[in-house]
Amino acid sequence: MTSEVVAAAPVPVPGRARRVREIAEELRGLRGALIPILHAVQEEFGYVDQPDVAVIADVLNLAVAEVHGVVTFYKDFRRKAAGRTTVAICQAEACRSVGAVELAEHAKRTVGCGFGETTYDGRLTLEEIYCFGNCALGPAVQVAGKLHGRVTATRLNALLGEAR
Amino acid sequence: MTVRVFVPRDSAACSVGADEVAERIAAAGGAEVVRTGSRGMLWLEPLVEVETAAGRVGYGPVAPEDVDGLIAAGMLSGGGDSLGLVEELPWMKRQQRLTFQRVGVVDPLSTADYVAHGGTRGLLATLAMTPADVVETVVDSGLRGRGGAGFPTGIKWRTVLGADADLKFVCCNADEGDSGTYADRMLIEGDPFTLIEGMTIAAYAVGAAEGYVYLRSEYPDAVATLKDAIERARDEGWLGPDILGSGFGFDLHVRVGAGAYICGEETSMLESLEGKRGMVRAKPPIPALEGLFGRPTVVNNVLSLATVPTILAHGAAEYAAYGTGRSLGTSVFQLGGNVARGGIVETAFGITLGELVNDFGGGTSSGRPIRAVQVGGPLGAYLPVEQFDLPMDYEAFAAAGAMVGHGGIVVFDETVDMAAMARFAFEFCAAESCGKCTPCRVGAVRGVETIDRIVSGTDRTKNLVVLEDLCELMTDGSLCAMGGLTPMPVRSAVRHFGEDFHV
Ligand SMILES: Cc1cc2nc3c(=O)[nH]c(=O)nc-3n(C[C@H](O)[C@H](O)[C@H](O)COP(=O)(O)O)c2cc1C
Ligand code: SF4
Ligand code: FES
Repeated sequence: MTSEVVAAAPVPVPGRARRVREIAEELRGLRGALIPILHAVQEEFGYVDQPDVAVIADVLNLAVAEVHGVVTFYKDFRRKAAGRTTVAICQAEACRSVGAVELAEHAKRTVGCGFGETTYDGRLTLEEIYCFGNCALGPAVQVAGKLHGRVTATRLNALLGEAR
Repeated sequence: MTVRVFVPRDSAACSVGADEVAERIAAAGGAEVVRTGSRGMLWLEPLVEVETAAGRVGYGPVAPEDVDGLIAAGMLSGGGDSLGLVEELPWMKRQQRLTFQRVGVVDPLSTADYVAHGGTRGLLATLAMTPADVVETVVDSGLRGRGGAGFPTGIKWRTVLGADADLKFVCCNADEGDSGTYADRMLIEGDPFTLIEGMTIAAYAVGAAEGYVYLRSEYPDAVATLKDAIERARDEGWLGPDILGSGFGFDLHVRVGAGAYICGEETSMLESLEGKRGMVRAKPPIPALEGLFGRPTVVNNVLSLATVPTILAHGAAEYAAYGTGRSLGTSVFQLGGNVARGGIVETAFGITLGELVNDFGGGTSSGRPIRAVQVGGPLGAYLPVEQFDLPMDYEAFAAAGAMVGHGGIVVFDETVDMAAMARFAFEFCAAESCGKCTPCRVGAVRGVETIDRIVSGTDRTKNLVVLEDLCELMTDGSLCAMGGLTPMPVRSAVRHFGEDFHV
């Protein structure tokens, strides 16, 4: 674990357990409710914390280990807050054929952290993604949820600069 | 009357500025801007179309800063420097669009547009038939699963219809994890009612009461569009307890994936829908008999389901008249990667790989010669230009040690390092393996190590033997096609591009 990540570690939210229980209870009636609940918790708090796991397990009447197993199986679920802006760069074959690996290297050098990491100031998190379905307009990069196509190093610099 | 101007809202078009273009046109005044899906000519995006008496005139690619100049030059009356009528462009004219007939043409969320362009005709025909007749129509059409394996859709439905249960499900596999494939996304963003109609027809045919679309989280625009469309379909009585007054009830829900490629595998997808880790189930039992929550379940790809309304509206024979051999109907091919004209090509099966890549695709975008194309996603083979006369046909591809898969074609120019691509195939498998069986979980890691040794010249000859051995073991010993097909890109890379492995 790098010191940058520790520096960006979240401050516990008061009342979080109560809110997580509320979310879980609201969605428990869905078939296969666990993943929708995890998405909803992450949507609200930015990550799924270990104490959340116990609350959700309790509401769904599942073992804590079972919920833990699901949280850790899926790449979408974060265990820590991300930086203020997430930059996700596609690294799948079609984007590779037009320089996505080199673009990612450029991004890592520019922001000073690797994939799955957050910059020391908590400004940016870099992620690798395998395909946004924009494979004819690669390299594809998603910045704060917005997709960009045909991203060059120059264009990426501008996007990184705009991300505050 | 104000002129109607069409600008895509498809996420690929928006990734190169379609939203900004639409805003500029709206701000200039004098036109009604209609947001559509994309026609699939992605190299022309953002593609602006203007309605004229002669038809829709196209402009593209249009940058936001081009808008004012284009309007000054008469764009709003179809004048200025246009591409001409969009329907007449050679790229469009050469296609046979059945599944994608409305994509890029209509406002995806307008139910009136949908009906005006032939929507619900398949469903109305269905509700006038017996379930068994619907199933037999799909069998007769020759439709095979578009998700990769090519299993006959009607036969699958027949099994679910014949199963006795208190509850049955229809699940749409919209995980579309393969690199180079984006047709599922474009259909959902561009014509979501077609998928809803297809799933409703499937439900009627097999007697299912509930449906789920498992849609990947990497496609947020598709998720939003589909959820919106489902609500509108309920309002129209296209979903719900009494569909179009027929007494038949079916409802549909969206579930968003969570970033796991293996959840595209059907049993793994069902586990995920049940709220579990996406671990592959051993078959039998097949999902058609014991699927979601142990109930008989239809699992079909987006394109398989979205093709069904056309088949029911026009009849099995008309659909089966397209295609070649046992690959009947049309397929939606997707050109991506290093290609000059990337996009969606829907044609009958039987078109050759070279026609797609060269005639439609126009070669590479870098201008360098093509070296390889990968067909059918990350588990598909890499093919050299010498094999460009291969017809797109499930059996012909299998005979060549390749696969059509979901119809994605990714182009690479001469700068590609095929040993690096083979290494990546193993790396991807190692990262995405569900972990249930050893050949895949361990084999993929060993594969990366072995390729590293070959490339660095450590016992090269011996390690090439190890590599072949490993590929054989993974092919024969893996529980699912993730481990079972990873050797396909690897072996094809060694076979056709041996020089990159210093063979
Ligand atoms: C590793 C793996 C990934 C898959 N990914 C997808 C996918 O993303 N979408 C899909 O429709 N089928 C995918 N499949 C195929 C499904 O298991 C299944 O065959 C298909 O959804 C059935 O629908 P169809 O008969 O309409 O093609 C995948 C299979 C494997 C082994
Ligand atoms: S082949 Fe891989 S993905 Fe498939 S069941 Fe085995 S471990 Fe899981
Ligand atoms: S391969 Fe990058 S978007 Fe599909």
